[in-house]
Amino acid sequence: MNVIADVVSWLTDPAQWSGPDGIPVRTLQHLWYSLLATAIAAAVALPIGIFIGHTGRGALFAVNLTNLGRAIPSLGIIILMFTLVGFGLVPVLVALIALAVPPIVTNSYIGIRSVDRDVREAAEGMGMRGRQVLWQVELPVAMPLIMAGVRTSTVQVVATATLAAFVGLGGLGRYLIDGLSQRDLPQVVGGAILVAVLSLLTELALGRVQTLVVPRGLGQRGADAAVRAKVEKAA
Amino acid sequence: MSDAQRPVLAAELIRWSWVGDHLDDIRDYLIQHVQLTVLAVLFGLLLAFPLSLAAIRWPRMYGPILGFTGILFTIPSLALFILLIPFTGLSIRTSLIGLTMYTLLILVRNMVEGLRGVDRDVREAAQAMGYTRARQLFQVELPLALPVIMAGIRIATVTTIGLVTVTALIGQGGLGRLFIDGFTLNFTTPIVVGIVLSALLAFAADLTLVGVQHRLTPWARSRGR
Repeated sequence: MNVIADVVSWLTDPAQWSGPDGIPVRTLQHLWYSLLATAIAAAVALPIGIFIGHTGRGALFAVNLTNLGRAIPSLGIIILMFTLVGFGLVPVLVALIALAVPPIVTNSYIGIRSVDRDVREAAEGMGMRGRQVLWQVELPVAMPLIMAGVRTSTVQVVATATLAAFVGLGGLGRYLIDGLSQRDLPQVVGGAILVAVLSLLTELALGRVQTLVVPRGLGQRGADAAVRAKVEKAA
Repeated sequence: MSDAQRPVLAAELIRWSWVGDHLDDIRDYLIQHVQLTVLAVLFGLLLAFPLSLAAIRWPRMYGPILGFTGILFTIPSLALFILLIPFTGLSIRTSLIGLTMYTLLILVRNMVEGLRGVDRDVREAAQAMGYTRARQLFQVELPLALPVIMAGIRIATVTTIGLVTVTALIGQGGLGRLFIDGFTLNFTTPIVVGIVLSALLAFAADLTLVGVQHRLTPWARSRGR
């Protein structure tokens, strides 16, 4: 097919791989928005989820937040914020953070909540105080679920950061948006392939991080699917 | 913020006269949104059902099926829609195929987990009563797996309602069209209407599905709550 050949030549054109509009720069921009949004979201969401999990207060809120988050269209938020505050990183960050917070809150809540009561009582029986129980027992045991939440959020953020281009920012979405308006199919498809690959690589990389962060004793490899199913059932 | 400023901001966010003048457009967008969502979830179910049965019959296939649908799910929606353009053009088919692909991971996973979770004793009882394989599936296993399957359908539906708005960028989009309209006009009212209506639609769809599940599983109701 002609399109495929055109896309390949677009992707392999050396001009595409240098300069301020080049693929490396766009990729870094894309990762920068994503990283910033996820970091802020995690800084907000982790304490909330962990607090709710540890104290049991606000459980209903924590469980329903993810559903609520799914219902909010990110493209709408980006465009609304853009119309209100104008060009800049803020509209995109607001939308991406709103997207990333719910799964992290819900997962860290469920992670802490589902720590076996016996384990918690054993820790208390050994003379640990509330905070020690949290840091030394609950958090490590909950780590697979907490990381699953961070991972879900990050992958969604990387995928959605594509839309930043619609309001004039950089990132790999530029190729999609520019290509669509210029009716330049090789650019559009080439860009789409790049974004897809970046998302998949992010997912894989975070899978690696997860195996590093989760304590050995808990690190069953198959736990991932089970953990996600558990979250969805609870949510 | 002083009191004097507040009404100004509200007026900036939404101008009701515009809403009144564009009720027909809004209704058409809403109808398209519902159509795209319903069709995508239905096609998703039609595809997910045989895939799930295959994954249960041949457990070795489950990993690859989950992996493949997982990859589809990870690809950014705009990119997935665009990757379909060379094959289906800027048509509604592109949106529909893309949206359907997105539902598969959630639907297959919940179908397989639901069907696998059926108690072995129940299954053996059905066998002992001489049920054929098909009858056992449709009259015993599927009804028992229904709560988990319905949970999947709910997530898939709400996710799809959100994703439909993205297809506005390739010419469809249901309520997402309002975002583009607002962007072009540099006017917040359509955007706010679009966000609120699509969130309400997601909420209403979720409630409806809960109601359907409630009716389909009468035995689950009496279980003490």
